[in-house]
Amino acid sequence: MKLTVQDLNSHYGPAHILFDIGFEVGEGEVVALLGRNGAGKSTTFRSIVGLVAQRSGRIMFEGKDVSARPTHEIVRDGLGYVPEERRIFTDLTVEENLEVGRQPKRPNAPHWTRDKLFSLFPNLGEMKNRPGGRMSGGEQQMLTIARTLMGNPSLVLLDEPSEGLSPKIVEQMVDAILTMKKEGVSIVVSEQNLHFARLISDRAYIIERGRICFGGTMAELDARPDIRDAHLSL
Amino acid sequence: MAFYVVQFLTGLASAASLFLVASGLSIIFGVTRIVNFAHGAFYMIGAYVAFTLTERLSGAFGFWGAIVIAAFAVALIGVLVEMVLLRRIYHAPELFQLLATFGLTLMVEDLVVLIWGPDDLVGRRAPGFKGAIDFFGQNIPSYDLFLIVLGPVVLGILWLLFQRTRWGVLVRAATQDRDMVAALGVNQKWLFTSVFAVGVFLAALGGALQIPRDAVHHAMDLRIIVEVFVVVVIGGLGSIIGAFVAAVLVSELNAFGILIFPKISIILVFLVMAAVLIVRPWGLFGRPEAPARKTPGLTVNPWRPLTSNERLASLAAFVIAATLPLFAGNYALTVGSEIAIFVIFAVSLHFLMSVGGLASFGHAAYFGLGAYGVAFLAKMAGLPMIVCLLLGPLLGCMGAAVFGFFAVQLSGVYFAMLTLAFAQIVWSIAFQWVSVTGGDNGILGVWPSSWAASPSHFYWLALGVAALVTIALRAMVFSPFGYALRATRDSLLRSEAVGINAKRIQWTAFVIAGTTAGIGGALFAYLKGSVFPDNLGISLSVDALVMVLLGGVETVSGAVIGAIVYKALNIWLVSQTDLSKLVLGGFIVLIVVVFPKGIVGMLEMLAQRRRKTSPPGSPLLAKPIESAE
Repeated sequence: MKLTVQDLNSHYGPAHILFDIGFEVGEGEVVALLGRNGAGKSTTFRSIVGLVAQRSGRIMFEGKDVSARPTHEIVRDGLGYVPEERRIFTDLTVEENLEVGRQPKRPNAPHWTRDKLFSLFPNLGEMKNRPGGRMSGGEQQMLTIARTLMGNPSLVLLDEPSEGLSPKIVEQMVDAILTMKKEGVSIVVSEQNLHFARLISDRAYIIERGRICFGGTMAELDARPDIRDAHLSL
Repeated sequence: MAFYVVQFLTGLASAASLFLVASGLSIIFGVTRIVNFAHGAFYMIGAYVAFTLTERLSGAFGFWGAIVIAAFAVALIGVLVEMVLLRRIYHAPELFQLLATFGLTLMVEDLVVLIWGPDDLVGRRAPGFKGAIDFFGQNIPSYDLFLIVLGPVVLGILWLLFQRTRWGVLVRAATQDRDMVAALGVNQKWLFTSVFAVGVFLAALGGALQIPRDAVHHAMDLRIIVEVFVVVVIGGLGSIIGAFVAAVLVSELNAFGILIFPKISIILVFLVMAAVLIVRPWGLFGRPEAPARKTPGLTVNPWRPLTSNERLASLAAFVIAATLPLFAGNYALTVGSEIAIFVIFAVSLHFLMSVGGLASFGHAAYFGLGAYGVAFLAKMAGLPMIVCLLLGPLLGCMGAAVFGFFAVQLSGVYFAMLTLAFAQIVWSIAFQWVSVTGGDNGILGVWPSSWAASPSHFYWLALGVAALVTIALRAMVFSPFGYALRATRDSLLRSEAVGINAKRIQWTAFVIAGTTAGIGGALFAYLKGSVFPDNLGISLSVDALVMVLLGGVETVSGAVIGAIVYKALNIWLVSQTDLSKLVLGGFIVLIVVVFPKGIVGMLEMLAQRRRKTSPPGSPLLAKPIESAE
């Protein structure tokens, strides 16, 4: 398994957010984490990369337990994270944003260069020197993915990549994610949009109120409209 | 005309060092969010180390080599400080960081005296820049010209460093969002350490370059740090260009202010700073900050009024304190009165800080205004003591009303700095308006009337007022006004959303705190029989902050204990050792790092834990100080 999460519990101050979360991702797989607003998708991702201070459980990445390690070490091992809020460095140009994400080549993961990323996201190539703060939402979403890919991750956590984007940009996003998959990157993508998830994912988990309540292939999910309707708003 | 040009050039030369130190402070703040009070101390150490090295190494190469080596050596000390101290407090509230670095400054002041002695040291002249250049009959030291060129050169180097290197890109990214930088695989620890090293290097270089111009002495740290604060606030915290422009502006204001307004030369820069803070709090070249992401209030021990047993215990403590005159001598009673007065002072700041969430760095202004109020009424109007005591604090009240109105428009570091600026303005007036305030000589002969003249009577008076003030402020915490104030502290936006006029509530709290401090100051004037500008100085403001912190910011009345312990310790230390600043500074650092909850906070936590054993690894205890913000 590429990534195995077991018994993950997280707290924000006195509030218990995640309850015994568990899921796994195979080599080269695209797995969707589906759930409504506030279900705990982002917290799950933030906990995996160590951005939530109060967490417990086992997080096995490429066979090693990374749950006690600091964020930058987890990321340097090849576990990339694309935050929902995008968190572009607004004062930095597109090229400088990419520079922040740059990490050395990794033997077990595809190697991304600036030029390769500019061909994956042609819009970015046309605005290399534009400050991140003066880009549209869609362009920022592309930049935040490209920035994480500069670290040559073997697995990427993609937090709601389609949120707030126009249908045309969403189409580009689907293409980009499929290209990433073809290059060999394993992906966990969190989504509220089942349609989007279906276009890219092999399997799906549903998270509701901090608990995983379904796990299976997309076909299995389609066979259970009751679960789909109970836990996802369409 | 030539004279003014020379004056202008002198200003520019002074701006160079100021810029070096200020840019260092700005860079450090940008990434670590720490307002490094110890920056002046690093500047001073830079000057001392450079002095020693230039004495040892000979020749032109020796001199310039010594300057650079000194800056590197001090940068290494900075790295040590960052790794040992600052890394532990990056997540603490701003106030704790300011205090820890202030404690460091105190320690350094005693250490340099210990190493280099108390006398001013006059360094070597710079080889190749010993003479002066004649400019229409006026002399310009050639070293000044060197400094004038150096400023822009350093600015250019810094610009290249930040725009053209990977390190610079990472630093700029971390300035905006340090968590995201970590989430892209960058080790924040080393980034922070390297940034701190660069900042300290600049400060030390600024200090080292001063030795051909000025004597090296052990008070140069406070003088520069106040000016540097002014510069970074005017220029914008985190902006290097801003630091440059503001350094020039402040230096020229100093150079010409003394010619044009000799009476108010000190006040001038603070007036400009206050104006900038009010109009553009983020500075001329800074940018407004997004409200900090902060976890909603997590006070571990919710506040509650005292139980009846605790009331009895407090009453018993008060009664015991009141029996002091039965067995103690006059000296002990005078110390007791002073402690009682500082209880009033500390409690007033605590009210503003803990209940209102507004950490004032210039609270001594209102204490001192109360003292001056009494002195004016007693000496000029010749009013009896009881009238003076009632009316004197009104001066503190008025000061707080005027300054508070502007101060509460800001929050966090900017609030702290504006209150500091206001306190400096008041201090400058007291210091420079000699005809009214007596300047440095103060106002003497403010003696209590006969009914309060004996040490025991005065002690009872001070004790009684301290008790009344503490009870009144405590009652206020649990009144509707107190609830509203705490709401504005916990979330300004949410409190406004439920219909609380937040600014007005905060302003009221500011005035209450200022008036209370004024009451303390009024009593203090009578205790000492005199009033001096020091009564409104920075060190007194910091004393108050330490008392509150020592007692516990999260507690309702911890400041009472904090004031008693701190003041007693202080008086005792000064009588016991010449190194009181070293001990005190170490003490402050220790509290911030080891006991961030203060004495009372610790006791409350222990009691709480005994009452109900908290679940193992309780998230509430994992992050002890987050809620104090």
